[in-house]
Amino acid sequence: MINAIGRDIPDYIEGFGQVKHYRGAFATLPGGNAYGPPIRASRPGAVKVCSGLEELFKLLGLKSGMTFSFHHHLRNGDEVVNQVLAVAAKLGLKDIGVSLTAAFATHAPMIGHINNGVVTSLRTSGVYGPLAVAISGGLLPGPVVLHTHGGRPRAMAGGEHRVDVAFVAAPAADERGNVSGVSGPSACGSLGYAFSDADYASVVVAVTDNLVPFPLAPASIPQNKVDFVVTVDSLGDPQGIVSGTTKVTKDPVGLKIADTAAKAILASGLLKDGFSFQTGAGGASLAAAHYVGRMMREGRIRGGFALGGITGYMVDMLEEGLFKNLYDVQSFDLESVRSLGRNPSHLEVSADLYANPFNPGCLVNDLDVVILGATEIDVGFNVNVVTGSDGVLMGAAGGHPDTAAGAKMTVIVTTLLRSRLPIVVDRVIAATTPGETVDVLVTEYGLAVNPERPELRERFIKAGLEVKDIHELKALAQSIAGVPERIPQGERIVALVEYRDGTIIDVVREAAE
Amino acid sequence: MEVRRSILFVPGNNPGMVQTAGLFGADVLVFDLEDAVAPSEKDAARDLVSMALAEVDYGRVDKCVRLNSLDTFCQADLEVIVPSCPDLLMLPKVHRAQDIVELAGLLDGLEGPYQGKIGILAIIESPQGLAEAYDIARSHERLMGLLMGAEDYTAMVGSLRTKAGHEIAVARSLVVNAAAAAGIESFDAVFTDVNDEEGLAADSLLAKNLGFTGKAAINPRQVKTINDAFNPSPGEIAYARLVLKSLRQAEREGSGVASVGGKMVDAPVAKRAEKVMELAEKLGLPGAGDE
Repeated sequence: MINAIGRDIPDYIEGFGQVKHYRGAFATLPGGNAYGPPIRASRPGAVKVCSGLEELFKLLGLKSGMTFSFHHHLRNGDEVVNQVLAVAAKLGLKDIGVSLTAAFATHAPMIGHINNGVVTSLRTSGVYGPLAVAISGGLLPGPVVLHTHGGRPRAMAGGEHRVDVAFVAAPAADERGNVSGVSGPSACGSLGYAFSDADYASVVVAVTDNLVPFPLAPASIPQNKVDFVVTVDSLGDPQGIVSGTTKVTKDPVGLKIADTAAKAILASGLLKDGFSFQTGAGGASLAAAHYVGRMMREGRIRGGFALGGITGYMVDMLEEGLFKNLYDVQSFDLESVRSLGRNPSHLEVSADLYANPFNPGCLVNDLDVVILGATEIDVGFNVNVVTGSDGVLMGAAGGHPDTAAGAKMTVIVTTLLRSRLPIVVDRVIAATTPGETVDVLVTEYGLAVNPERPELRERFIKAGLEVKDIHELKALAQSIAGVPERIPQGERIVALVEYRDGTIIDVVREAAE
Repeated sequence: MEVRRSILFVPGNNPGMVQTAGLFGADVLVFDLEDAVAPSEKDAARDLVSMALAEVDYGRVDKCVRLNSLDTFCQADLEVIVPSCPDLLMLPKVHRAQDIVELAGLLDGLEGPYQGKIGILAIIESPQGLAEAYDIARSHERLMGLLMGAEDYTAMVGSLRTKAGHEIAVARSLVVNAAAAAGIESFDAVFTDVNDEEGLAADSLLAKNLGFTGKAAINPRQVKTINDAFNPSPGEIAYARLVLKSLRQAEREGSGVASVGGKMVDAPVAKRAEKVMELAEKLGLPGAGDE
């Protein structure tokens, strides 16, 4: 069937099942009641601590066909997924479903587990590194399901995505199962992506290399959600968890784009007291925050909140009084980890509160402006963030579709060309965020406004910004770099791009040899 | 370009920077074939710059190429670059008037019959060049400006190059004076600390106040600061407007003397006001133009 953005998606996909087709950003609504996990009881004196993963597997009688879940707050430093799957393989388990909020290069050992049948399915917001390349080549028996950060808690609350055991990597935990991310050798700050796992998994296991005396308070995930605490030698490599600092770019082209984005925000009229804002951790996104901060200072504007993945740069803005609160679903650097631990205005939020479209109050709906990136954007303003221009998986849907849908103004920042490839194209390889939720594209050659937002266009022109038609930008890119040949792709579907409401907005087909 | 406040140097061997050079608001783009390019890469850089001049739309800017000096690769540079019709050529290490005459002669031989005449910008970066700056400045009709080259100059006289720039104070003024005497433009040296925005702003303002008509930039991030410094300030524009208004009024009333705020408007004040307003009009700044 042809869906609402013109993609021809099969009604049934082998290895996945019946497809719910994308009908529009707000067209699909929920029904029924929320799913609940099994009710558990505990007696005084019961022991939760287990001294190893293998012991836990035997104690719980974990078996083939189960679904295990993990969060990605340890990012490329994570070893918990590898440790758990190694034990599953050792004990002869097969057909394990993995639910991992994002997969990095460190998770390359999963390739071996998929090859030998230990792992047979994967749900994630995005895949990076060797695993991404292997999946693009058809590694998994069925397609990987790429969800959004809001879409995952939605699927868990709706009972569509059920988890047998949640393995929650815990930088600090006590013997009763209180868990925190702000201390310990593997401190990663917010544990926001794991909250839904703690709410909906049948069994919740905290995996820690830092068992601290009871009571660990404040806890991100409290003991009434946690069944077991497993101690391991190490959760992973702290170097891969957080970068020491995240800095504003010095690249003149990135700065020009950021400057234009900031001017567009000023011209939009949204930059006033109570302003709410989200931006990424990339150098150009931070540069946009830098310019926005400068305008807030000059205009004596006190913002409401900044949301999403938090960096030290946003922490500085909080401490300076430019924002009243930070809502932190993921802490990107050491400064944000430290701030979350000490500043009561810096709040840890769940992915559900952050972005689930099927609850009565996700925070993305309260955003004035979000600045987002793109690996490709097409003339219908549809954005790809899950594959490169070569059609190979290389990124994450993350909160991109969620924040774009929620924010009053969604700004995509990208260079017009990357190396010698046009980024503004006729049709993106994998639409992740639908054009109806994207308002502005900013490139180094000027900005384009979604024709559905004529009032924004008027404001930008009045402010003297260089407004172009998106077709004009595409033509400019092609005049510089030529028209790229269409990437050859196989027939087999290797990834499903699931929109936040649970419909399938696009598919990624097997990368050609 | 009618106004040349900022001159941006772009390494001639960097395709990405050559492609995006026009995006930062510089009035003059200088594609560098000299210091930025190793001898083994000169031919590749010439081809890249030549293609860019012919193919890339840089908008309303002056396109300039910094040649290698006359005693090195200049001739080879010219053979590739001249047919691509740059607006200007920048000659480094100009020590005497004859250098400009020699380059002009080479251009006469290479320019096509329907090609406009390419202008020349001379870099004054040696003690000898500075001593002969006025002769150089009036050496040839193609010469449109002098650029102060502070790094080579201070190295040759043996002075310490500092951010404050006291060591080049006299040199700067000599360049400004030589150019003004010959009726051509003068450009201040680059400010090399690309991360010191405040330092650059102060240095640019100093250059403007010394009489330079513009300043060179070695990083696109410096362009806006330089342009802002060389733009007439709102205060300057407002004052110039008052001066011109009082002159017109005096003329209407047949009075020989105009005054603003109780001070007489003499010829230099009037001249300065006209220059400020002309520049503001060219740049389309607020407050410029007729009331």
